[in-house]
Amino acid sequence: MTIKIVHYINQFFGQKGGEEAANLPIELVNGPVGPGGALQALLAGKGEIVKTIICGDSYFNENEGVACMGIREILEDIKPDLLVAGPAFNAGRYGMACGKVGEVANALGIATISGMYNENPGYELYKNYAYMVPTSNSAAGMRQALPAMAKLITSWAEKAGKLGTPQEEGYMPRGLRVNVFSEERGARRAVDMLISKLAGEPFKTEYEMPVFDRVEPQPPVIDLSKATIALVTSGGVVPKGNPDRIESSSASRFGEYSIAGLQALTCESHETAHGGYDPVACNRDPNRVLPVDVLRDMEREGKIGKLHDLYYATVGNGTSVANAKAYGHAIAMHLLNAGVSAAILTST
Amino acid sequence: MPVVHIATVVPISQTVGANRIVPAVAIPHPLGNPKLDGVEEKVLRRQLVEKALSALTTGIEDQTVF
Repeated sequence: MTIKIVHYINQFFGQKGGEEAANLPIELVNGPVGPGGALQALLAGKGEIVKTIICGDSYFNENEGVACMGIREILEDIKPDLLVAGPAFNAGRYGMACGKVGEVANALGIATISGMYNENPGYELYKNYAYMVPTSNSAAGMRQALPAMAKLITSWAEKAGKLGTPQEEGYMPRGLRVNVFSEERGARRAVDMLISKLAGEPFKTEYEMPVFDRVEPQPPVIDLSKATIALVTSGGVVPKGNPDRIESSSASRFGEYSIAGLQALTCESHETAHGGYDPVACNRDPNRVLPVDVLRDMEREGKIGKLHDLYYATVGNGTSVANAKAYGHAIAMHLLNAGVSAAILTST
Repeated sequence: MPVVHIATVVPISQTVGANRIVPAVAIPHPLGNPKLDGVEEKVLRRQLVEKALSALTTGIEDQTVF
């Protein structure tokens, strides 16, 4: 039996264009498009992509309500056996969209199989709603990602949707608890684990402790008119020419730049190095990402004490969590040592 | 030292643990709108920055979207 699949992909894999096409609304096409073709071939008759939904990554994330209504209508109309989304690799907006359409499908009783890098925020936020295969962090891993998704889809079809554990089937843990019968009762299993742990032997926990990276909210600024406010951005705004050569993706560093004496950023003085969003608006007026002009006005008016002379920038496109954390830590130390009162961080 | 995050995709900001969050206009222009004329656009930017400063002067117990 060939299962009926609807495939959700973004504007890039839908062959509509890159960032300049990221605001394209939903388009429904017959049959597979882009990687869908290869995926269908890998399914060898077990599944057929009857329709492909192509949607711009920015459009979806900026118009979630409307986009989800559209997705719901399409799914209610076509009634696929399965929704396939992505693979999204490390593309944040794409992963978020794949996860969200999984949530929409889930509400209609339709399962979703997807694939993305484990640091993609779409996994963290929507893992409950889809079976997501782990992929590498760039589309260079397509040749591994598609067979992995095809394998999971085939297993899903053959088992009528009753997939086994993440370890057995090769999907990332969904954080859902499933009741199973065990040979030994819980007390026995727990004591066995403890004995192993005390003996320094390996043991397998049944419940991984979640890692919450949370910080205590800091106390507010009391008097803005005496405060020094600093600007930080992950939107990649750098002096024109990108003197430090910050990478457009997977930035290996952040930059520290002076805005002393600058009343505003201009298309001549600054630009964006970020490769993950359409740069036109920012390059025409970089204040749209780093609001120097407005903060200078407020400094002149006495609404804030001072706009800090230095700002910090990196590119948040595909930056590893570890690096992002390190840059944040380093920038915070610079700001603290400079006596800055508070910071505004802008992201694209 | 309090920090406010001006970002478009608020769920991502929440998930990475930002405590003060101000929703931005759009991904390619968080503090602008090319569809507006220059004066209107700067007013929009000013409003967002004022909201951000207001977030910095507000005491909070938990993650808060302003």
